[in-house]
Amino acid sequence: MKIHVHTHVNGEPTEFLCAADRSLLEVLRDELQLTGTKEGCATGDCGACSVMLDGRLVCSCLVLAPEVQGRRVETIEGVAKGTEIHLLQRKFLEHAALQCGICTPGFIVAAKALLERNPDPSEEETRYWLAGNLCRCTGYDKIIRAVLDTAAELRGETR
Amino acid sequence: MSAKGPSDRKYKYVGTRPIRHDGLDKVTGRAQFGADYSLPGMLWGKVLRSPHAHARIRKIDVSAALALDGVKAVITGRDFPDVAAEAAEGGEGANDFRDLAENVMARGKALYHGHALAAVAATTARIAEEACKKIVVDYEVLAPVLSLDAALAPNAPILHEDARATGHEPLPKGPSNVASRREMGRGDVAKGFADADVVVEREFRTPMVHQGYIEPHAVLARTGEDGRSVVWCCTQGAFMVRAYSAKVLGLSTDMIKVIPTEIGGGFGGKTTVYGEPLAILLSRKSGRPVKMVMTREEVFRATGPTSGTHIRVKMGATRDGKLTAADATLYYEAGAFKGSPVGAGMMTVFAPYKLDNVRIEGFDVVVNKPKVAAYRAPGAPMAALVVETVMDELAEKLGMDPIDLRLENAVHEGVQATYGPKYRAIGFVETLRAAKSHPHYRAPLGPNQGRGVASGFWFNAGMSSSANISINEDGSAVVITGNPDIGGSRASMALMAAEELGIPVENVRPVVGDTEAVGYSDLTGGSRVTFATGMAVIEAARDVVNQLRARAAQIWGIELDAVGWEDGHAVPLNEVPGAHEPLSLKQLAARAGSTGGPISGRASLTARGAGPGFATHICDVEVDRETGAVTVLRYTAVQDAGKAIHPAYVEGQMQGGAAQGIGWALNEEYVFDKNGAMENAGFLDYRMPVASDLPMIDTVIVEVANPMHPYGVRGVGETPIVPPLAAVANAVQRAARVKLAELPISPPRLLEAIDRAS
Amino acid sequence: MEEIRYEAPTTLARASELLRESGARVLAGGTDLIVQMRTGRAAPSVFVDVKRIPEVMNLVLGKDDLWLGAAVPAAAVVEHAEISRVFPGLVEAVDLIGSTQIQGRASVGGNLCNASPAADTVPALCVIGAICVIAGPKGERRVPVESFNTGPGKNVLEAGELLVGFRIPRPGARSSDAYLRFIPRTEMDIAVVGAGVAVSLDANGVCTKARVALGAVAPTVFLVPAAVAALLGSRGEDAALARAAAAASAAARPITDKRGTVEYRRKISGVLTKRAAAAAFERARGAGRA
Repeated sequence: MKIHVHTHVNGEPTEFLCAADRSLLEVLRDELQLTGTKEGCATGDCGACSVMLDGRLVCSCLVLAPEVQGRRVETIEGVAKGTEIHLLQRKFLEHAALQCGICTPGFIVAAKALLERNPDPSEEETRYWLAGNLCRCTGYDKIIRAVLDTAAELRGETR
Repeated sequence: MSAKGPSDRKYKYVGTRPIRHDGLDKVTGRAQFGADYSLPGMLWGKVLRSPHAHARIRKIDVSAALALDGVKAVITGRDFPDVAAEAAEGGEGANDFRDLAENVMARGKALYHGHALAAVAATTARIAEEACKKIVVDYEVLAPVLSLDAALAPNAPILHEDARATGHEPLPKGPSNVASRREMGRGDVAKGFADADVVVEREFRTPMVHQGYIEPHAVLARTGEDGRSVVWCCTQGAFMVRAYSAKVLGLSTDMIKVIPTEIGGGFGGKTTVYGEPLAILLSRKSGRPVKMVMTREEVFRATGPTSGTHIRVKMGATRDGKLTAADATLYYEAGAFKGSPVGAGMMTVFAPYKLDNVRIEGFDVVVNKPKVAAYRAPGAPMAALVVETVMDELAEKLGMDPIDLRLENAVHEGVQATYGPKYRAIGFVETLRAAKSHPHYRAPLGPNQGRGVASGFWFNAGMSSSANISINEDGSAVVITGNPDIGGSRASMALMAAEELGIPVENVRPVVGDTEAVGYSDLTGGSRVTFATGMAVIEAARDVVNQLRARAAQIWGIELDAVGWEDGHAVPLNEVPGAHEPLSLKQLAARAGSTGGPISGRASLTARGAGPGFATHICDVEVDRETGAVTVLRYTAVQDAGKAIHPAYVEGQMQGGAAQGIGWALNEEYVFDKNGAMENAGFLDYRMPVASDLPMIDTVIVEVANPMHPYGVRGVGETPIVPPLAAVANAVQRAARVKLAELPISPPRLLEAIDRAS
Repeated sequence: MEEIRYEAPTTLARASELLRESGARVLAGGTDLIVQMRTGRAAPSVFVDVKRIPEVMNLVLGKDDLWLGAAVPAAAVVEHAEISRVFPGLVEAVDLIGSTQIQGRASVGGNLCNASPAADTVPALCVIGAICVIAGPKGERRVPVESFNTGPGKNVLEAGELLVGFRIPRPGARSSDAYLRFIPRTEMDIAVVGAGVAVSLDANGVCTKARVALGAVAPTVFLVPAAVAALLGSRGEDAALARAAAAASAAARPITDKRGTVEYRRKISGVLTKRAAAAAFERARGAGRA
């Protein structure tokens, strides 16, 4: 018997059917066609599947789909508002903080969570917060710069 | 057209940093990567993999799998045709198609833990996995060969009983695990060493490591009733997938269309096929689309890491620091089938240095591990590790600054490389000078801190590329090339087209075409795309410009020779000013219909004159003498890019390559159990650098124009991974006052070295 | 194929009932269970999601003690400024559990129940005297945390029992704790060695009470009385710390695996004990970081 789950995804009431052992990541990608969240490892070690669950940053590969009953899920698809991209997304583009782009959705979701909690993170704090997001292309340099630059601009400072 | 050399030219768009055209899709999650495609009626494919590192396959019984509800097709090695053992240029090394076919699906033998034995297509992935478990295989388990030493030992188990070593004598007679032995050199090394005042010899072992791309391999294949297949896959070469799949399946290439999806990293690991032929065959057998996505574990166990190695280097120098002789012996693991990058290791090992007396010997050795594939400058980083640590030790013994020792011996234009050709204009010396004058080099060091310097070289490739450029009615342009974009090359294609056409880069749309949309293109790799595909784009753009000039000539009623092209406009030459107003590309495009029809340009070429890329890196580390932990404090990468088309993406290549090299040096390694199964097949215990492991990576782009490219471009993607292994090792050796002989420099190893030294 | 079920009880009694089924597993953060399921090491027949049971999710710092619900996510513990001030070593340990994403889900209770020899929170819990509160068919029972795990992957829970949470007494004056672990990178690794130390000092700065626990160097976390003996009566001078380190190295019973060798782990046991003890002393003196 599949489980009928009612939840909220990116602010929209959403429902789906799933087996008990299906992950939230699988449901987002295969049932809901929200393929922006990526699978890199399925064991919580790479962060490519990062989403927000009730306001907490988590790996969706380690959340069972039935668990989100009545909860709030936010994915990369919900970061831009309509046609307006988030400042983080703009800074990633300006700083060339992506090469292949597969880790980018996870980083943006994770970095957004950081800045919502801590508007003035140091470089070290930023690196440790993002330690769960693997990138193999960039060496992280431009990603960290993009996040710090976003934080500065949100605080009203210019670099 | 212009007689100006690439370095004299003033660029309007090239060298700027526009937002990449695919950027919005990538930061919003809209971009579709390999696993993001689906089709109605799709089946999921899963692979049964060998639990033994070395075994004869006596029998495979798939009947129980076929009987499972939801299973629509099952394939084994029996379903594939026999393939002739013809060699083929794969972009970063030759491929033997029979080996390739056998790697894709085992025939008589399982040759590594994880080797594909069978595949199932079913209505859900879970059912396909269950079905795989129901396949019964009768194995004759054989003793596995799990190291170079074991492979070369007398009475070692033999992987390929029918194969014989090839290359230069002396070669083992009869069956052996040596696939080939080659030797090269010049001069008289014995005399060279005799003339030396100081001789240093070092030896290193490096482990098998993986490219570590975050996106697992993924493919979706659909076959029509006419037997024609369409394949979506994340690959570094759509034409390669088409050609290799056709070979493996015994089909003609026109039966397969390959659409390259966005690709989440490759670094050489996606320059061959694994699941693609399986998905195509399963879709043929089942009559339905089949999707196959590897798990992370499968990526580690059953794709193409790079060779573990054992390398010895000996170099001699006079007391003023002039190198007199160099000798190297390189053993590289090929994995289960022949073809390690030992050849490239041999060619690159001494390439940065002026040497009259050189001897290099290389062995390609098979072991029961996954077949190795290209990994960014394949073969070079391991060889550079040993040469650059020897150079560091020579510098210490001679009391010379390590950069000065390299300056004394650095190759430059006119020098004959140790691997053969004479260098044209190259920028090695410039990178050394830039490194030496960088503030990093003078930054003070504290207790237990050390600084390492290392240089590196990569040939870069040319090969074949095609480009089509169409001019739209509104004067914008579409540039189609056949090279998947793994690092932002699309933006560089647009920049080069914009430069030639003289229109803003925002008005140029770069597109990566499939195998039916654009002419043949060799794959993305070999640091060739900005160079060779860029050359094709420039040529196609010049073709367009000539047509635009012809249209203007027609409109004005003058000769074609009397029309020039400046800053995006056709301009009359040699005329009374004001006789004809210049016509913009936009205006000409608007009138295309009435002047002869749509305007498009094309080019297909084999690019010659790829410029070698040199780099020099500086690395500072701090060592915890009680635990062996290493912290990278500071890192600077200096590289000659010839001409940086989009500087931000050149910097990105330098930083990314450095990071991979740091991981390779400090923590990455395949750990095998005694039966040949990888123990750390996941990102938890295969330890790639995370954001908190690295500092900012400072970059300096040096530009010594490659005279063979219209803009002076040299490939930049691979050189950055060549110096860091030695830069880190030299830094650790100086910080801890130890001599290392093995990678990775993991804390237990370093602590042992520290304890031994004190 | 038997269908796996998912249940989300809202009371301890209902959870206990479900857990009596064979193959029933508690689902808290899922960061161990789901990974084990995907890699074939666990095959639950029913997931018992305990996160809708209030007691299991409560985090309350009271006058005398801390109630830490078993399924409270690590991130909630780390964010709690007061708990960080009162139990710096515990929070240090919780903050090491994994990435930010893992901490959004992983719980201290799950970390303990999973019974990995390398669990990061367990040495820290041991040295601060945490008591495990267990609910089951026979009612409630309490077990000191150092007795909870009996071997790799094994704990004292019987059929139908679940860990409700931890009761942790507030430290007295001039008392503090510290936890250090060694990993090859700066984050994301399983501990090669973990060392927890708690000390109480008198008005002269002399150590009157101490606990030392080691993780990842034996089948379960264990206390090191010999290291305690080295610290008692000292002011945390180098000689005392060195003796404690030596005792820790001697007491370690590590294995060689892909994360470390016997020799290496023995050495690091000593180094981390010394450093954690130094940090605990400094904090207890009131001169350490807030």
